[in-house]
This record gives sequence, structure tokens and C-alpha cells, in this order.
Amino acid sequence: MSIIEAQCLTYTYPGASKQSLKDVSLTIEKGEFAILTGPSGCGKTTLCRCFNGLIPHFYAGELRGSLKVADQSVKEHTIGEMAKRVGLVFQNPENQLFALSVEKDVAFGLENLGMPREQMQERVDWALKMTGIEDLRERAPHELSGGQQQRVAIASVLAMQPNIIVFDEPTSFLDPLGAQRIFEVISDLNRKLGITVILVEHRLDLAAKYAGHVIIMDEGRIVLDGEPREIFNSEQAWLLGVGIPKAVRLWRLLDESGVALKGVPISSDEAIQRLKEVLWR
Amino acid sequence: MIEVNDIYFTYPTGVEALKGISLTIKDGEFVAIMGQNGAGKTTLVKNFNGLLRPSKGKVLVDGVSTKDVSVAKLARTVGFVFQNPDHQLFSETVEEEIAFALRNFGFDGATVEKRVTWALNLLDLADYRKTSPFMLSGGERKRVALASVLAWDPKVVILDEPTIGQDHRQKENLRQFIVQLNEQGKTVVIVTHDVEFVAECSPRVVLMREGRIIADGEAKRILTDTTLALEASIVPPQIAQIFHGLTFLGLPSDVIDVSEAKKILVEYFRGSQR
Amino acid sequence: MSMFEGFRFRHVTSPIHNRDPRIKFLFVLVIFVIAVFFIEFLPLLVLFFLPLPFVWIAGVRRQWLRSLRGAVFLASFIFVFNFGFGYLYRSYATTAVLLEYSLAMTLRFLVMVGSFSIFFLTTSPDHLSLALEQSHVPYEFTFAFTTAVRFVPVLAEEAQTIMDAQKARGLELERGNFLKRVRNYIPILIPLIVSAIRRSLELAEAMESRAWGSSPKRTNLYVLKIEAGDLILLALTITLLASGIYVRYFVQIPQLSTFLPPLPF
Repeated sequence: MSIIEAQCLTYTYPGASKQSLKDVSLTIEKGEFAILTGPSGCGKTTLCRCFNGLIPHFYAGELRGSLKVADQSVKEHTIGEMAKRVGLVFQNPENQLFALSVEKDVAFGLENLGMPREQMQERVDWALKMTGIEDLRERAPHELSGGQQQRVAIASVLAMQPNIIVFDEPTSFLDPLGAQRIFEVISDLNRKLGITVILVEHRLDLAAKYAGHVIIMDEGRIVLDGEPREIFNSEQAWLLGVGIPKAVRLWRLLDESGVALKGVPISSDEAIQRLKEVLWR
Repeated sequence: MIEVNDIYFTYPTGVEALKGISLTIKDGEFVAIMGQNGAGKTTLVKNFNGLLRPSKGKVLVDGVSTKDVSVAKLARTVGFVFQNPDHQLFSETVEEEIAFALRNFGFDGATVEKRVTWALNLLDLADYRKTSPFMLSGGERKRVALASVLAWDPKVVILDEPTIGQDHRQKENLRQFIVQLNEQGKTVVIVTHDVEFVAECSPRVVLMREGRIIADGEAKRILTDTTLALEASIVPPQIAQIFHGLTFLGLPSDVIDVSEAKKILVEYFRGSQR
Repeated sequence: MSMFEGFRFRHVTSPIHNRDPRIKFLFVLVIFVIAVFFIEFLPLLVLFFLPLPFVWIAGVRRQWLRSLRGAVFLASFIFVFNFGFGYLYRSYATTAVLLEYSLAMTLRFLVMVGSFSIFFLTTSPDHLSLALEQSHVPYEFTFAFTTAVRFVPVLAEEAQTIMDAQKARGLELERGNFLKRVRNYIPILIPLIVSAIRRSLELAEAMESRAWGSSPKRTNLYVLKIEAGDLILLALTITLLASGIYVRYFVQIPQLSTFLPPLPF
């Protein structure tokens, strides 16, 4: 069952000379963990902003083609209405937090929706628990580390209980350990709560193993769309200069030298497994 | 040459960010200061150009203590490229931006012009000479910031987290550029938490944790040491992780480079076939 | 950096911190109004010492004294001004009376500073914004206030980073004549402003994505409830106001100067 259906999306930012999205069509199934990647400027951030209606409602300009997210046509629903079904977590943790305490920030979206207080408190408690930050409840955002702030941002979006959460390069400002923790939180939300995840990332070394679906964009178009192992191994992905995981690179080099492994590993654990099969007698 | 003699540094808020650091960086070295966010890496390098001065101990740049010289004077020798280019860009054109430091340092008009042209070409920005820096893309702005620091040809170049927000290709270009700078004789110091990037350049690694240096040496030795990785809260490069899982086969554990990994594995494979 | 310390979120709690900001504000306002009633030294002295138990209970002694210290300069100016002009124009019967009057005016100023200082020291910005919200101030304004306070430390840090970045390019902020120094701040201000604009855009995106403006009636996670302590404070406030009015109109306030021996000058 598909939860996102895009057909021939085309968009140009007002005043821009190039199109940011050119004829983008894709389908995301319910409960998927999809990675969206590509070189800088390929249109992935623009596409994210279409999913929750920022385009075309916040950013002017004409969005051509059709986009249905969680059974709602993005063009025909306000951002507020989309927010109940699609959440968007941004790159910079600091610029997503408004309030003076974590708890109040997590409640922000719910307050905007006019939810009654008791229900809000329950949701906030739940969201804090799901993201593992209950102990940060009373803290002020400025005192938190980047990783903690990002978890607060995720909790704030989660509190609205959307069906889909889109993450736009959420770990850009975090160190690898912080990034790993965020991916684990995201993966938890996907597996335990069934939330469909779209993750825009460059750091495929750490993120690839969570994905079941990979989409690569370039110059506003989708150029590759499919299963991770297939995609990362394809010639086009190599040529595009996407950050293909080292495990895959190793696999390729070995393959070229006549050492064939049973499958394409996309994480270090998988690589160890595959190499053991071939090297250990 | 930068000599750090047992320095301590405490911020006005009371946080002790550096607790007894000693380090020597010789001319022409390529050093990566690594560690988790908050370990003190940026605090340490800010002591190299006088932006911060140690509360105890001293830092000597070419034999002169940073406490005896102004930041402006130290900047002539030690260039610092900050993480976010938007914290530097303010001029009407890229040309003006690059000329800014040159003018501050008192270079004459003709030299400024020459150096600006040189820097523009070095970072492939010649087409943008008269463009407003605010009109450029993120990656281009990073190049302008880099050009504006390299323009006065400092002996030492410090780059603070240069890989943040960059895609793979941009990182690759940056890596090649940094290596080239170093090969031309510049002392290059990068502050980074990007282990994969460091694994590809293989510089000298200085690993920090909570204001102290816990390791200093070859990249391949430090990045593959699992005890150190745990202590410093860093994630080892993927190749190192793979080899760590294969040590029972008798394979070496200090591998971080993909090509080297391939060679070792292919040899082992061929060996096991015989 | 240090001037922004006062805006940092306070984790201190005390019976005073927990009082409803609206009642606290009323209390402080009443002290202010009564201070205006009097030009005599004694009542003002009473008013000055009135907030002291609150300062003690709230545990903000040091900060409160610091805020008064900050007012000392202006206070001494007020004293000198009053005494000086009074003396020159001989508007008072005796010097002792003039001295008492000048001290009273100075004290009045300190009373006002002291009472507002205690208000801000014991009211967190969050509490304050909640009070504003519940007082039916339109949410846009409270939101702007809270967000501004929330970002003050962030902007302060950013300003420092920008200054560092430009200093590392040879910018010398302390050198040169006045005009040059002002021009030297352009490389600091422009990145700061540009960054603020970029930040606003990102914040707006995040707000919209969390359904800002989607419901006509916005709810709030917290609510200010009037508790017993607030009612006590309210009663105190009303008593204070009543006493003040009574003393003003019905009590003969003794002049200190009448108890003192005549001064040599």
C-alpha cells in the first residue's frame, strides 16, 4: 500500500533560472525506510519540502504534477492539515527549537493544533519516552548538545503522531556517534511504531543498513530508484559520486580482482559475514 | 612550528576545556585533531592563533609566545578557516571578500590584485570575481572563505570541521586540495570528527577526550585501536570495523584504506586457495 | 557575554519564584506607586526594607545587591543634584531638612530599582510569557518575546564567533579613530544580520511544519493557577496599598531632621 505517490513533479523556486525538480515520479510504500540521496543541489531538499506542503504553500511558485501524501493531495491541503500526517525534521537542530524548555517545545505542535491539555501532556510524555529523552524534560534547548537537540526536534514532530516523518540531513552537524544514535532512534520509530521514514543523507556508511529503499537524485531528476544493494552497486551511482559505503567499494574491488562474495554488503557487519563465508575454511 | 607547552584553558563560564595539553607541530606536517564534539578540539586550535590564550602554560608559534603578540600579527602566519563561511562573508563581491585580509595586513594595491587573482584561480572561482558572495551556493561560499584565507599565503592553515554538510564529491575535492596544500609545504591542521575523511588522507592524528590528548600518532594505528575508539567515543572507519571482525583469520588489524584492504584480502584469498 | 547571563533560564525555585507573575507584578507596581506618594525619608526607608524578606526567601541576595550596585551611579547623581540645587537656591529651611529630602529622593529611586529588580530576578522568562499569554496578550507577541529570549545566548555566541573569524583575517577592532572603529564593525554586523535572516527562514519553516496557525484557538501545555501563596501575596499587596494611602493622608510623618542636632553648616 503506497503512502506517497508523486507523478511528474516539476518545480522552480521563484526567481530561479533552473528547475529544482524535473518530472519527479516516485512511490513510497507504507512502513518503508527510504533513503534519498544525491549530490548537493540535486533537489532532495526541495522534494522534502513538497512532502509536507511547504512547497507550494510556504514557498511561492508553481508545483506541477501531482503529489499525494497519506491520502491527501498536497496542493489541496494546507500545511497545517498535512502536518497531522507528515512530519519534517530539519538539518540544523538549533533552528527547530523555540521554547525555553524541552517539554514546551515538544508540545509546540500540539498547542498549535488546539489539543486539550490532558491529552497534550500524555502525548508529550509518550514522545519523550520514545526518543529516550525523558531526563531532559526541564532543560533549556541552548544547554543541550546537538544530538540531544535533534532528538528533541524528533520528539516534537513525533508528538503529533504523523504517519510519515521526513528527515532532511538530520545528522549534518553531529559527530559520527551522535549520528549513529539518531539513526537508531529513527530506525526504532520505523520498526516499533510503523512510521514510514524518508531519510535524506550523505553519510551512507552509517545509514545504508537501515534502508529498504534507496532513491538517488541528480539535477532535479530521479536517476536511480530501487533496492539498496542493487543501487549502490550500479555504475551510475559510482559515476555520480554519491557516498557509497566503503563496504560496497571493497566488495567491488574484490569482485574485480576475482574474489566473489555471495552478496553486496552495505554495512561492516554484512561485509564481515560475506568475507567469512569466502575466506574461512 | 607550533609548540604547545602544558596548557590549561578555562572559559569565563568556568568550564575547563583544556587540561594539560602538550604538543608540537613541525613545519610542513599534516595533522588531524580528532575527538567527539565537546572534547576541546576547537578550543585547542584557537590557542594556535591567539584567539584564545591559555590560562596556564604557553603556546609558541615560531618561538614567540602567543601572549606577546596580537591576533592580527599571528594571523599572518596562522590562517584559520572557520566552519561556517557565512560567519565571514560580508563583502559586495567575491573579489572584495578575498582582498579584505590582504588590505588589513597592509599589502599594497598591486600585490592585493595579484594575490586576489591567484586565490580566485586556485579555488576555481575566477568566474565569480564580481559576484556577490551571498548569491553563491553553499559549496561555493565555502571555497570563497577558503580562498580569502589562503590569499595571504599563511604558513599554517587550520580548517575547523571542513567536511560538514558536504557531499561525497565535494569532500573528495577538498581532500585532494588539502593534500596538495600540504605537499606544497604548508602546515595543515584540520579539526574534524569525520573518521572516513581522515582514513582517506591518513595524516598524523591527535585524539582528544575531555580536554586531554589521549593519543598522538599514525592515523592507521589510532583509528583502528578499539580501546581508544571507545574511550574517545569515536566510530572507527568502516574498513577498520570490517578488519576488526576478521582478526581471527590472522589478518592485520590496522587497516583503514580501501585499496590496502583489497590487496590484503586478495592475497589471503589466493593464499587460502593453494 | 556576561550581560546576557541575566537572561539564562533559571532553575532556581523558591516560594517567591513560584508565585504567579501577575500577582508579583501587582505587588511591585504597588510599591512603585506608594514610593511616589512620599517625599519623606522614613516611609521610603520602610518601603526599601519591605522586599528584603522576599529577596532572602528567593535566594537572590547576591544578584539583587548587584543590581542595586549598578544603580548607585545614577543614585548618587540624584543625590548630588537635589542637594546641590537645593543648597544653591536655598529652598529649604535648614540644611538638615535638605539633606533628609535629598536622601529621600535617592532612596525612592533605589526603591523603584530594587522592586523591579526583584520581579525580574524571581520570574523566569517562561513564566513571564505564560503570564502574558493568560492575560490575553495576542500569542504572536508572547511568542516573539519567548523566542527572542531563547535565542539571546545563541546570538551572543554567534557574534563572538564572527568576531573571532574576522580577527583571524587581520581585523583589529581596537585600533583607529572613532570613525574607523565604527566601520570596523561592518564585517561583524553584516554576517550577524544575514545569519539572523537565514535563521528566521529556517525557524519559519519549522513552525509551519508543526502546524503554526492551523487552529484559531491555541491551547497551552501549562496553566497558571492561583494558589494559596498567591492569595497571601495579593492580600499583602492590598494591605500595603491601603496602609500607604492611610499613612499618606492621616498620619503625620516625623521628619528625621527634627531629631538631629542642628548641623554645623
